[in-house]
Amino acid sequence: MTDSLTFHFDVDGENFVSAGQASVQVKKNLRELGFPPEIIRRVSIAMYEGEINMVIHAGGGAADVDVFEDRIVIVLSDHGPGIPDIDLAMQEGYSTATDNVRSLGFGAGMGLPNMKRYTDEMRIESKVGKGTVITMCIMCN
Amino acid sequence: MTVNELTVKYALTPVTVPDGEREVSGGYCGDLLSWVMGRAQQDNAWITIMSNMNIVAVASLSDVSAVILAEGVTLEQSIIDTAYAKGVNILSSDKGTFEIAAMIAADV
Repeated sequence: MTDSLTFHFDVDGENFVSAGQASVQVKKNLRELGFPPEIIRRVSIAMYEGEINMVIHAGGGAADVDVFEDRIVIVLSDHGPGIPDIDLAMQEGYSTATDNVRSLGFGAGMGLPNMKRYTDEMRIESKVGKGTVITMCIMCN
Repeated sequence: MTVNELTVKYALTPVTVPDGEREVSGGYCGDLLSWVMGRAQQDNAWITIMSNMNIVAVASLSDVSAVILAEGVTLEQSIIDTAYAKGVNILSSDKGTFEIAAMIAADV
């Protein structure tokens, strides 16, 4: 079966308080579709970390979620500053977040590592000055 | 042990408890939200001093049973309302994180 359900969200880059709305909505949708709780948890957290990253670093962006029977694919795209050194950005504890962001409990340098931890596949395509596209896949079997 | 039982046994203050019959299993202490999302397990009690709106999203997405606010931390009403709407249980205590964790550890 190749048909999928598709959800699209615009992520507001200005608002930390509303950050996570797309993830919460996806969680709700997946629950209604009857996905197992642990799959929902992994999708939700990976997507939330991505959303937060777009708010912190890129002034917002877009999140597209394709739900297949056997897998869930999340594509996060932004037109932010890009990631100059992806290997460095993937290291736990490395962060370029501001003190203001850290005071909210973010910016611990765990966002990208968590996204990798909770997904089966993750691909980062980034161009400095152009933006970043992150594709994550979670297998449901 | 359920959230309601935990609340009564340890004299925790219910801030908002939309799902008090939920079981608590284990716990996690932390204030850095990505650490919580990376390490906390489903059904944990999450003990923190963070008090901004993002704790509601983190608690919901991590699927913890309850947030326990340590050190007498209080929340704005809008956060409490959002937590209730999203089914996130929040309790509080004047005790510190270490004391709360030590106190409830044997029961969860």
